[in-house]
Amino acid sequence: MPATLFDKLWTRHVIESLDDGFALLHVDRHYITDAGGQHLAALHRRGLRLRNPELCFASPDHAIGTAPGRIGTTEHGLRYLADLRREARRHGITLFDVDDERQGIVHVMGPEQGLTLPGSLVVCADSHTCTNGAYGALAFGIGASQFLHVAATQTIVLQKPRTMRVWLDGRRATGVTAKDVMLYVIGHLGTAAGNGYAVEYAGPAIRDMTMEERMTLCNLAVEMGARCGLISPDDATFEDLRPRPYAPKGDDWHRAVADWRALPTDPGARFDVELTIEISEVAPQITWGTSPQHVVGIGQAIPVDVGGGRNTVEAAQAYMGLRPGQSLEGLPIDYVFIGSCTNSRLSDLRAAAAVARGRRVAPDVTAWVVPGSRAVSRAAEAEGLDRIFRDAGFEWREPGCSMCLAANGETVPAGKRAVSTSNRNFVGRQGPGARTHLASPAMAAAAAVTGRITDVRQLSILP
Amino acid sequence: MNRFTTLHGTAAPLPLDNVDTDMIIRVEPLFSGVPREQLGAHALAALRYRPDGSADPDFVLNRPEYADATILVTGSNFGCGSSREGAVWALAGLGIRAVVAPGFGEIFFNNCFENGLLPIRLAANIVRRLQRQLAEGLHGRRLGIDLERCELTAPDGEVLSFAVPRLKREALLEGLDSIAVTQKRDARIAAYQDRERQRRPWLFLVSKP
Repeated sequence: MPATLFDKLWTRHVIESLDDGFALLHVDRHYITDAGGQHLAALHRRGLRLRNPELCFASPDHAIGTAPGRIGTTEHGLRYLADLRREARRHGITLFDVDDERQGIVHVMGPEQGLTLPGSLVVCADSHTCTNGAYGALAFGIGASQFLHVAATQTIVLQKPRTMRVWLDGRRATGVTAKDVMLYVIGHLGTAAGNGYAVEYAGPAIRDMTMEERMTLCNLAVEMGARCGLISPDDATFEDLRPRPYAPKGDDWHRAVADWRALPTDPGARFDVELTIEISEVAPQITWGTSPQHVVGIGQAIPVDVGGGRNTVEAAQAYMGLRPGQSLEGLPIDYVFIGSCTNSRLSDLRAAAAVARGRRVAPDVTAWVVPGSRAVSRAAEAEGLDRIFRDAGFEWREPGCSMCLAANGETVPAGKRAVSTSNRNFVGRQGPGARTHLASPAMAAAAAVTGRITDVRQLSILP
Repeated sequence: MNRFTTLHGTAAPLPLDNVDTDMIIRVEPLFSGVPREQLGAHALAALRYRPDGSADPDFVLNRPEYADATILVTGSNFGCGSSREGAVWALAGLGIRAVVAPGFGEIFFNNCFENGLLPIRLAANIVRRLQRQLAEGLHGRRLGIDLERCELTAPDGEVLSFAVPRLKREALLEGLDSIAVTQKRDARIAAYQDRERQRRPWLFLVSKP
């Protein structure tokens, strides 16, 4: 019987079927952020052992400072780092520490090192673990309690989600990125549309996307409420993986590719829900509110609250300091953040640098570029992207999560307006009272150099 | 795991959709070493407190009639966003033992069970009716929850049934330690790993850099 990618991933990982659609599943990769030191310490206090330390990989990302030289890392950030180091040593976990060339945001680091493989099951106590689904891996975020369960047993108990396919039809217009496509999808379907589902993204638009673009797409699966985002692996996936340090080598490589070729969704496979979204008319997107579904194409008016009793549109616009029905174009901004597990990879930085080249960050705008990993920052520096950003007046920082969630004390001040390439525009996400507009790296760079929310397609960009 | 069997308590209506995890607990207390049991003071801070830090007297949990609330009756997609289990610890710290909503963020939903907090999904129109009754207070402001029978008693006495995954329900009723339960299956886990090591050795990282 034809099966979906998700069905195949699920079946491969079932150790035991339990009651009510639940199963005990094997975990192949457990990524650990710097919040994980605390969880590992708790594991030790409970007298439990890490079952398979060789399948765990840690890198500090959330709590470390991203100023050059890591200067200004908070006292708590340093404590988290010390905890992570101690626990990684105690439990025998591979740690890509701050001075390691492999350090990075875990969802950038994992694929970069070739740890995330098609057909693998990946978990991390971080909701954006779904990023890894771009490789045809079953990847999802877990809580602190589940972290302990995975650590002690190398398994997770999960109720089988239903399956949804989002078919992206048409071709992206020039200047429209994977970020724009996914923000449009979320705006169209809403942030709860994926609740209870494993969502596979498919269609001609996906086949045209690079692995980095696919990661941006799957990264935002959780923002439409999905358990995980998935993309069937293809030649682009395998070519991307081949040179990566932890990818299989020699005979194993050939066996692995043969195995991975059986993973894509079979023709005729049935999904519980199938949706088609036409993307050829999608414009660069920008969020106006306090939920990723509060999004419009640049130049479009933001909505007028039509009531419904919950005042969410009105409350969001009040928080954001916006008038119902206004356009965002031309709105002055104070901060720009280019980074996060959504948009901090080399192609993201190239897109932003293409806009920044030969221009200057507007007066009174603070603009940061925070690469997703040390490898990204080295590659960008080799191409001279850091120079372009610095010459334009951007701050070129050390890899980490930084202002995306402000866990390391790096915040957008209250009342200030930021254009951010991250994933959440929740109330206070980037700092208490901060106002966040989510957009693509090119749109963020355009806002930085004009000091206003700007349609990047109106700026001339030299190839 | 904490046990949950029955609960009869004051329920606070919070008719907001998409209350996200950052709204339930901000990141600062989680990353500055505030002990788990003290997170309640920070729960729902953006809604509970005014910018100057004083309590907002209009917010439902600050009103005297809901001061002893143990149940929240809220909008769809409650707890969407981050995987931070601190969101559940913070609500528990406020004394909340159950949350009723048309739907929940998935990771939050699971995190609730891990901490003995019961998330109950009910149809949106039923949730709205409960919120109305709780706000009006004509029949009081209390709900009854019986997990054994999977029944919720509305203020007006109507008995509503709800569904909870059987596995989760049993774990809550018996206060099971999920790690200990899985560790009993370790022979199966080892057998699975032996088989997969043969079949797909690369998943076990046989080629290292």
